[in-house]
Amino acid sequence: MTGLLGKKIGMTSIFDDSGEVIPCTVIEAGPCFVTQIKTVDRDGYAAVQIGFAERRERLIPKPQAGHLKRAGVKPVRIMREFRIDGGGELQPGQEIRVDKVFTKGDTVSVIGTSKGRGFQGVVKRHHFGGGFRTHGQSDRERAPGSIGSSSYPSRVFKGTRMAGRMGGEQVTVRNLKVVGVIPDSNLLLIKGSVPGAINGYLEIRKSKDKTH
Amino acid sequence: MDKLKLVEATQMKTDLPEFSPGDTVNIHVRVIEGDKERVQQFQGVVIARHGSGMNATFTVRKISDGVGVERIFPLHSPRIAKIEKVKEGRVRRAKLYYLRALASKAVRQKTNA
Repeated sequence: MTGLLGKKIGMTSIFDDSGEVIPCTVIEAGPCFVTQIKTVDRDGYAAVQIGFAERRERLIPKPQAGHLKRAGVKPVRIMREFRIDGGGELQPGQEIRVDKVFTKGDTVSVIGTSKGRGFQGVVKRHHFGGGFRTHGQSDRERAPGSIGSSSYPSRVFKGTRMAGRMGGEQVTVRNLKVVGVIPDSNLLLIKGSVPGAINGYLEIRKSKDKTH
Repeated sequence: MDKLKLVEATQMKTDLPEFSPGDTVNIHVRVIEGDKERVQQFQGVVIARHGSGMNATFTVRKISDGVGVERIFPLHSPRIAKIEKVKEGRVRRAKLYYLRALASKAVRQKTNA
């Protein structure tokens, strides 16, 4: 397997072997269950689909319920696919535990949904500098300034950075280090921060590192 | 939150002596030089304790050759070999930052039991 699904538990710090403090994020990664195996013959590519996080039977959409029933997996909240080379040893319904996938020292990418910030101005959203505070200015401190020219083109270009909804989008953080794995409680310790709020769902993928 | 504590529990020390601001303590610090390890002592007055759980730290102040020296130690650091309580102090504040402005004689009087 090249990755797992998990839930963000929170941040703390631990000591490494030399006694240095490492800030780390605790992720409950698993138990994940194989919900489907995709093969080149049938689907055109080889992948494993896994599910994570329990959910009440009543709350699950009917088509999904059927899909999971076929694999013999209890209702789950999220499902994701991970490409595999050959695989073969994985069976639908099988449980995948953290220690089977990750070991201390691995480099991973973590994909999550960032915290929603609501409607934000350009200073926060796009790191604009804003206007002058002094020199007789009023109402200009966090203003965006000009958003384009006048009679030509007589319109504002698409994609011009302006105020608007910020956050709540998919964010990937790459090159994070695994600093610990606790198999008993399915916990994964990753150095640094990961996207999203506590209890947010995450996808943890092994880096395709060529130096290995 | 319980699972966070679980992680922290794997590294937290359980045999720590109780000490509070005002106490004089002797900290045995492991110093690694190259591939050799030795123990260095740092004795002084605890002027603050900060944080909880894994992130707890404490500040020790001493006067070394007439110069005030403060070190902040992570309470659960594996680099601390031992914490010895040398003397109990009686103070009326949790943070003794005001000791920085005092002479050592005054510090002695302020933290006297």
